[in-house]
Amino acid sequence: MYAQMVDTGVRSVKDAAAMTPEEQAFQARIDADVKVEPKDWMPEHYRRTLIRQIQQHAHSEIVGMLPEGNWVTRAPTLKRKAILMAKIQDEGGHGLYLYSAAETLGVSRDDLIADLHAGRVKYSSIFNYPTLTWADIGAIGWLVDGAAIMNQVPLQRTSYGPYARAMVRICKEESFHQRQGYEIMMHLAQGTPEQKRMAQDALDRWWQPSLMMFGPPDADSVHSAQSMQWKIKLLSNDELRQRFVDQTVPQADYLGLTVPDPQLRWNAERGHYDFGPIDWREFYDVLKGNGPCNRDRIRTRVKAWEDGAWVREAAVAHAEKRAARKAA
Amino acid sequence: MPPDASLLDYLLRLADTDLVLAQRLGEWVGKGPVVEEDIASTNVGLDLLGQARMWYGYAGEVEARIAGTGRDEDAFAFRRDAHEFRNLLLVEQPNGDYADTLARQFLFDQWHLLLLRALSASADERVAGIAAKAAKEAAYHAERSADWVIRLGDGTDVSHARMQDAIDGLWMYTGEMFTAAPAGDPLAAAGIAVDPAMLKAPWDARVSAVLAEATLARPADGWMQKGGIAGVHTEHLGRLLAEMQFLQRAYPDAKW
Ligand SMILES: [Fe+2]
Ligand SMILES: [Fe+2]
Ligand SMILES: [Fe+2]
Repeated sequence: MYAQMVDTGVRSVKDAAAMTPEEQAFQARIDADVKVEPKDWMPEHYRRTLIRQIQQHAHSEIVGMLPEGNWVTRAPTLKRKAILMAKIQDEGGHGLYLYSAAETLGVSRDDLIADLHAGRVKYSSIFNYPTLTWADIGAIGWLVDGAAIMNQVPLQRTSYGPYARAMVRICKEESFHQRQGYEIMMHLAQGTPEQKRMAQDALDRWWQPSLMMFGPPDADSVHSAQSMQWKIKLLSNDELRQRFVDQTVPQADYLGLTVPDPQLRWNAERGHYDFGPIDWREFYDVLKGNGPCNRDRIRTRVKAWEDGAWVREAAVAHAEKRAARKAA
Repeated sequence: MPPDASLLDYLLRLADTDLVLAQRLGEWVGKGPVVEEDIASTNVGLDLLGQARMWYGYAGEVEARIAGTGRDEDAFAFRRDAHEFRNLLLVEQPNGDYADTLARQFLFDQWHLLLLRALSASADERVAGIAAKAAKEAAYHAERSADWVIRLGDGTDVSHARMQDAIDGLWMYTGEMFTAAPAGDPLAAAGIAVDPAMLKAPWDARVSAVLAEATLARPADGWMQKGGIAGVHTEHLGRLLAEMQFLQRAYPDAKW
């Protein structure tokens, strides 16, 4: 998932006594794991929070096509080119499912896109980092899709029906992506000295940003409690991050690559890896727009949208002409 | 040319044309006018890339019959220079705006479908098999690009002007698709290849019908550029290859 900081619009979580009867009934359904469907009553904050979360996720899929698209024309073999094109195409599909899920909440895709272009809504910070070498394509599949899966698998059980169902479809494809990314890394790690260097360099650059994908530490995560009560978030940021580290470190070991964290070590007592501090200043900086690629990503999206305006207008005009001719 | 040498050359024409167009479509990834189009256009690119790989695979086998060893798909794609590429000039033309891209696709697709359908009856079983599989995909491509030419041609004033301009500009690259095989070509005689000249009339009919529905004028057949089949390309191919081949050229010993 790519929604890192979703504003729920509430400062504290209500207990049952503070809820209206409608809210109580709503919460009771969620507690009983009954899915909320588009026509059901829902608290306004729930609806708005979901729109923001799904929208951030959808935009992330679409913007996420760009860093990988950067290597389509330079993929090193025809097979890798085909796999990469198919992957990016999947991501576009994910964006579409998610926009559709958001539209069930009473917003239009065009409005959501306008929010993105105006900077009113974020996409995942991870896509503001550059893909400098082919190894970055491997690292994105392995780490970024890996982190996305970690986040999204629980969301298959999220309380909002259309979102949960979109997640089921998406998760299947994301796990392919992760395997394909890892396979790229495997070839590089077993390759020439230059290829190994590329692989290590990619891990060095993508490791911390991947850990940031789960959002700020729980202690600083003011909106999570409400989202967890509503079951639009099922595990905390830190829990997910820990799971990701635990899963990924042995994979890095297997590749013979070094995770760039001198404090990383297995803690037998906890049964988890301990890891060093994350540079949260960088995270907030990137969210504010100061990542290496924020400007490029948005400019590219806006340009594509504006350059395509006449095409979309023509398609509408043609459809109207057709309809008019049919009616005549 | 001995039969296998002509066949190798012919297979590379098919493969290179597919690959170069797939590469062009790859440049659009993430930048289409709407996400649905991004997906659809990547889909066409993926089909063409898959077809190129099948043709290269067979080309490698044919080369092995001639020379004892044959190159694999990546050696063909990444280790040849522009003059060794046999693709049509049409497909190496830059993407331009969406009208240029779709016009190029349309002019190519209508020809490609006819060619593949004809090749499905090739006397060479491998050629026939690959062509039959590819023709199914090409049928969808041909329908999609024709549909877009109609929508843009008969859309707004702006889209009409852009599409007319695109068709006009690319027209001179269409003649090459119908260059007749040299007299005594062993492939045509053996029923392995299709005489391209035979595709001209059905192509004309289909293209004219679509342009008419799109309210676009069919350009007159004036001067036609040629050279791709002989390895003499426009300036655009060299740059396309430089980008595509970068990793294989920079790290020649690496496996990916
Ligand atoms: Fe995702
Ligand atoms: Fe995705
Ligand atoms: Fe993915």
